[in-house]
Amino acid sequence: MQEAVELMGTLGNAKYIAGGTDVMVLFRQKKIAPENLISLRNINDLVYIDKKDGLKIGSAVTHTAIAKDEFIKRSYSALNDAATRVGSLQIRNVATMGGNICNAAPSADTACPLLVLDANIVIAGVKGEREVALDDFFLGPNKVALEKGEIVKGFHMPQFGDNTGSAYIKHTRRQAMDLPMIGVAARITIKIGKSKVRCHDALCTIDNISNVLARLQDEELEIEDARIAMGVVAPRPIRAKQAEAALKGKVVSEKLFREIGEIAMSESQPRDSIRGEAWYRKEMVKVLVRRALMRSIDRIIRPDDTIYPERLW
Amino acid sequence: MMKKEITFTLNNEVMEVEVDPGWTLLYLLREVLEMTGTKEGCGYGECGACTVIIDGQAVNSCLYPVMEAEGRKVTTIEGVMSKNGELDPIQEALVKNGAVQCGFCTPGMVMSAKALLDEKERPSEDDIKESIEGNLCRCTGYVNIIDAIKSAAGGR
Repeated sequence: MQEAVELMGTLGNAKYIAGGTDVMVLFRQKKIAPENLISLRNINDLVYIDKKDGLKIGSAVTHTAIAKDEFIKRSYSALNDAATRVGSLQIRNVATMGGNICNAAPSADTACPLLVLDANIVIAGVKGEREVALDDFFLGPNKVALEKGEIVKGFHMPQFGDNTGSAYIKHTRRQAMDLPMIGVAARITIKIGKSKVRCHDALCTIDNISNVLARLQDEELEIEDARIAMGVVAPRPIRAKQAEAALKGKVVSEKLFREIGEIAMSESQPRDSIRGEAWYRKEMVKVLVRRALMRSIDRIIRPDDTIYPERLW
Repeated sequence: MMKKEITFTLNNEVMEVEVDPGWTLLYLLREVLEMTGTKEGCGYGECGACTVIIDGQAVNSCLYPVMEAEGRKVTTIEGVMSKNGELDPIQEALVKNGAVQCGFCTPGMVMSAKALLDEKERPSEDDIKESIEGNLCRCTGYVNIIDAIKSAAGGR
């Protein structure tokens, strides 16, 4: 990694390339024209998945490698949700999470999960390493807080307990090979007031969602902490901080989730684009925030299930 | 631009080739080595017609810088048929199931299917759909392709 950083310092017109699935496309579209490409593909310093004390993932880890990791699927589920849905299988086999974040499309799939999982980003440059909260890293569409020549070394996330669940929902028109119209990630940490078994039973039914939530409300699930992040509703992936604050300390209920959907919607500013119109995206924020929170709760109460029902509401 | 030499394994044969570092792997295969089985459908990594297998994984060769092939094991559609002309079970199945119309997506489909079946002997239907999600077909509507891959998996 040091060699790469030094090399970047000596070359004039150079760009880092890892998986290449963004850089090569930009090249083709003549949006960039570097004379030199510095390949990060074989740098072992940047390929690691460290599971002690939280989760540390190197920037050159491919989406496929993240998707296959069972620990990440269980304990950092939102990240698995994203890593399995980026582009296509061919893209995921070479594309790296570092590249996905540094390209900083407002629609970057791995951005919202990393934001709700409180990720810090470790950056290496000629002057040494620094660690920055991911929320402070995104500056705008395709713009990140990297000085010339700096490399992202990896992502650090804190450890979460069994009472935390997360989810990412990528809303697309096609089932694969599509950028999201909107993307919503949520992470929730709860304290179960009464019976976990009854919560489990409530979630195992195919009953109407209002009835399920009424039963959960009886079990007094207190929200200790929550995060919500949204993609494609602003020039960069954002957190719905007002919605998060409104969740903290409250008891899970249908009324609460409906309110949160409204608050998150008010914090989003989507535009019209070829993938969808602003009014529709705003409506979907309301819906998907609720669904992402529900799926996060599903994952806390039923962590061993592999398929969670699409709670359509 | 200065030419450089790379060494890699192509369809089980070691190749030493002089390349321009600005080439993609697809360019090397089609324009230089004249192995035109791999197709360029879009050049942006969106259609999968250029799919090859590198170190066991399906990859879009239109986005793969040729220099990165150094030391790797690359398999193209030309390497799938056996030396005596016998079709691979995947190719056989695609033909039998009416999964080839214009045939332009077919090499990419074969490579994606092969990468899957080399890794998972008994893939589920969802696994199969995931393996070809990066391969577009304008003719068949995909159903016959999925059935073909299922039957190729069953046969192995």
